[in-house]
Amino acid sequence: MTKHFKLIYKITIIALAIAAAMGAGSIILLSIGADVAKTYLVILLEPLKSTLQISEVLLRAIPLSIIALGISVAYRSGIINIGAEGQMMMGILGTTMVALSLPTLPKVILIPLAILTGALFGGAWGFIAGILRAKLQVSELLSTVMLNYIAAQFYTFMLRGPFLDPAEKTLGGAGTPQSMRLTRNLWLTRFIPRTRLHTGLFIALALAAFIYFLLWKTDFGYKMRASGASGRAARYGGISVAWYLVVSMVISGAFAGIAGAIEVAGVHRRALEGITAGYGFSGIVVALFGGLSPIGIIPASFFFGLLIVGSDMTQRLVGVPANMINVLQGIIILVIVATKMILADPYLAERVWRWYQRRCTVRAEVEA
Amino acid sequence: MHKITSLRMEHITKRFPGTLACDDITLSVGEGEILALVGENGAGKTTLMNILMGLYQSDEGRILINGEEVRFKSPNDAFSAGLGMVHQQYMLVSNMTVTENIALGYKAAWSALKLDLAKVRARIVEISDKYGLAVDPDAYIWQLSVGEQQRVELVKTLCLGARFLILDEPTSALTPQETDELIVLLKRMKRELSIIFISHKLQEVKNLCDNLLILRHGAVVYEGKTADHSMADIAALMTGHEVELPVNEEEACSGAVVLDIRDLDVKSDRGFLALDGFNLAVRCGEIVGLAGVSGNGQRELAEAINGLRRVERGQILFYGEDLANKSPHHIIDSGMGYIPEERNTEGIVPSFSLKENLILKDTEREEFSNHHFLKNKAIEENATELRVKFDIRSPNTSVAAGSLSGGNIQKVILAREISRKPKFLLAVYPIRGLDLGAAEFIHKQLLEKRREGVGILLISEELDEILDLSDRVAVIFKGKIQQILDRKDANRRKLGILMAGVGDDQAL
Ligand SMILES: Nc1ncnc2c1ncn2[C@@H]1O[C@H](COP(=O)(O)OP(=O)(O)OP(=O)(O)O)[C@@H](O)[C@H]1O
Ligand SMILES: [Mg+2]
Repeated sequence: MTKHFKLIYKITIIALAIAAAMGAGSIILLSIGADVAKTYLVILLEPLKSTLQISEVLLRAIPLSIIALGISVAYRSGIINIGAEGQMMMGILGTTMVALSLPTLPKVILIPLAILTGALFGGAWGFIAGILRAKLQVSELLSTVMLNYIAAQFYTFMLRGPFLDPAEKTLGGAGTPQSMRLTRNLWLTRFIPRTRLHTGLFIALALAAFIYFLLWKTDFGYKMRASGASGRAARYGGISVAWYLVVSMVISGAFAGIAGAIEVAGVHRRALEGITAGYGFSGIVVALFGGLSPIGIIPASFFFGLLIVGSDMTQRLVGVPANMINVLQGIIILVIVATKMILADPYLAERVWRWYQRRCTVRAEVEA
Repeated sequence: MHKITSLRMEHITKRFPGTLACDDITLSVGEGEILALVGENGAGKTTLMNILMGLYQSDEGRILINGEEVRFKSPNDAFSAGLGMVHQQYMLVSNMTVTENIALGYKAAWSALKLDLAKVRARIVEISDKYGLAVDPDAYIWQLSVGEQQRVELVKTLCLGARFLILDEPTSALTPQETDELIVLLKRMKRELSIIFISHKLQEVKNLCDNLLILRHGAVVYEGKTADHSMADIAALMTGHEVELPVNEEEACSGAVVLDIRDLDVKSDRGFLALDGFNLAVRCGEIVGLAGVSGNGQRELAEAINGLRRVERGQILFYGEDLANKSPHHIIDSGMGYIPEERNTEGIVPSFSLKENLILKDTEREEFSNHHFLKNKAIEENATELRVKFDIRSPNTSVAAGSLSGGNIQKVILAREISRKPKFLLAVYPIRGLDLGAAEFIHKQLLEKRREGVGILLISEELDEILDLSDRVAVIFKGKIQQILDRKDANRRKLGILMAGVGDDQAL
């Protein structure tokens, strides 16, 4: 097989996969009586029509990419983090706590401090799952999901209790569970007028570069990847696999925490319910879709940001409920898994290659 | 089910990116014949057989069975045509039992809703009785030694009804006794089926096979009758030069003891004591050969010394420091080199590139990293150098180590362990799967290390290897040292008796 053929083969399979995903999506759209073509056009093109819309897509891509980066680190080290949602909430609590208790700190100190605290809280939440797996062989699939529930309850408790906005308190029990507006010193700059796009974008890009260097250019990354790729060989090579499991889980949690911190400081400027908006779960899909590498995750998070904004618009423009995004995500997960299996199947590649060669010879004969 | 009276592969050519693995190969096997397929590591033997089994498709050429052209799209097609292959690298699911593993491919036991495990079991018992192949149907694969797994593979192939057997280096992991038994068995089976036999051990080839096909760099360089040639001739045809395995003829060493194992107790995976009050000392600049039938505690010993298995009791004194239950990292840092038994799952990270695998233990060393940043240039140079020195056949240094041929994977491990300049080397079956030329080179390297003052513990079942290299030979049996002999007192017969567990005084 030539390199050229392999590339074309890969691209074709991916194109077919996308077509299959859209096909499956259309069945569902048809079943709710929607206009399929129009819905897709709205989802994929409408959000790109104005600067404002594009900025909204990027706004969604920021937390998605940061969370996906963390998940890819854990995944490559051999541990699957489904707990980003909970870790993100813990991060938000950490950031809020700092901002509420030290509102007078200057911006240059408060922002890094708040983000770091978010990372610390998220990382601590990840650490629990990591240490349970490393020391007691508790499956991270179970522990991270359980920790999500605990985090969600704790989050609500904090918003209704200690962090509750004093203004809401005066309303008695009927108030919205949210913190007061956090100090201006925490706010990230919105750098395009009349949009919400904030400097968190650059933090996300910097973090992507950081992960790229960490995984592929340092001995830490080498050891993490070795632990994930072949635990036995890594252990033989003197790598403490258990330790790197914990470290990667802490990094993963810290990234989710940072995503939470940046959402608070950049978008909402206060802690309220629903900030996480399922980013913790979508982040898993983004990480897989991006091939578990920063270079893939950046475009993948943009694509998912597009889907989120686009599905919001379908509600208004074609009357398709915004929940469609969840359905699409489910389909995309299935398609990714299937595509990976197909791409990893050497027989199929071989068979297509032979078919392709036969076609070529036949054509050559016809021409001759 | 027809007999396979003739099998022909014609003009088979197969390219991998950067490699011409098979270059216009033609071979044929008649009824009741055994064809030996020999050649250097990476010559294309496994690839050719994978093509025959439908695992790969050839770029050119065709396959004929009983005179009719066949096309195998997948191994299942090859199975149903009656071909069966025991791979060089075993394909068993390690957390399943023997019965379950065989059931995976045994279609007759599958009905719409249920899997008839009793039927599979019965079939296993039938086959293992018929051919005298002892296997425990209820053992888990991870509990089995490599030799036992090999037997499971053979039983599996026979259970699936193979009438034409392809054996890819079946003896490389077997004990000498097991090998002899297998050869007898195959000679008996020859009446019912034809066999293609791949091996680097020319003795077996001479002993068992009628015809011979030698490959070099993917092409046939010789074809003929085994009876017409001596082993030395075959070796020369294979490598292109005379092969002479080096022999340790130097004075026994009287240096200081560097590795002193005292009263060691270690448990096996199955929970019993695999090492039971084990004692052994190795001096610097000395090669101690540890002979023994595999499964007598060798694996547990190697793992315990390297911190990969818990020590229940006793000491492992290494340059005065007790290494028992220390971390693998600590043990590596104190100068221990280790060539493990399992090359594919333990010795390399298969998905990592060749060059990455060569620094598996050295990512922290200043040579390859600077404040935790890997020095890509140094890593590349290291790989380029070792690839030439150890004659690792690969298109470049960035290919995945898992895609290399079996012998070349072994060379990667050897290159890494020997070039790291260890103070001590624990070599477990170091030349398993290597061609003669490579074995010669590795033995020279080991003797060279010995001369530099490195202590070497050589665990092997190859008595020739042990007798050629060792200063002293220790025999292990049921987790204890049976006896330690000086080189001049050791011979095949004596070692054979000791390995079988017969005490010295009883035998002589
Ligand atoms: N899947 C693959 N992708 C790329 N190259 C491959 C692949 N399989 C084998 N090769 C290359 O093809 C060549 C022949 O390999 P093969 O495994 O057939 O050798 P072999 O004769 O069986 O050697 P050994 O005695 O070491 O087992 C080698 O150079 C190997 O690196
Ligand atoms: Mg081979």
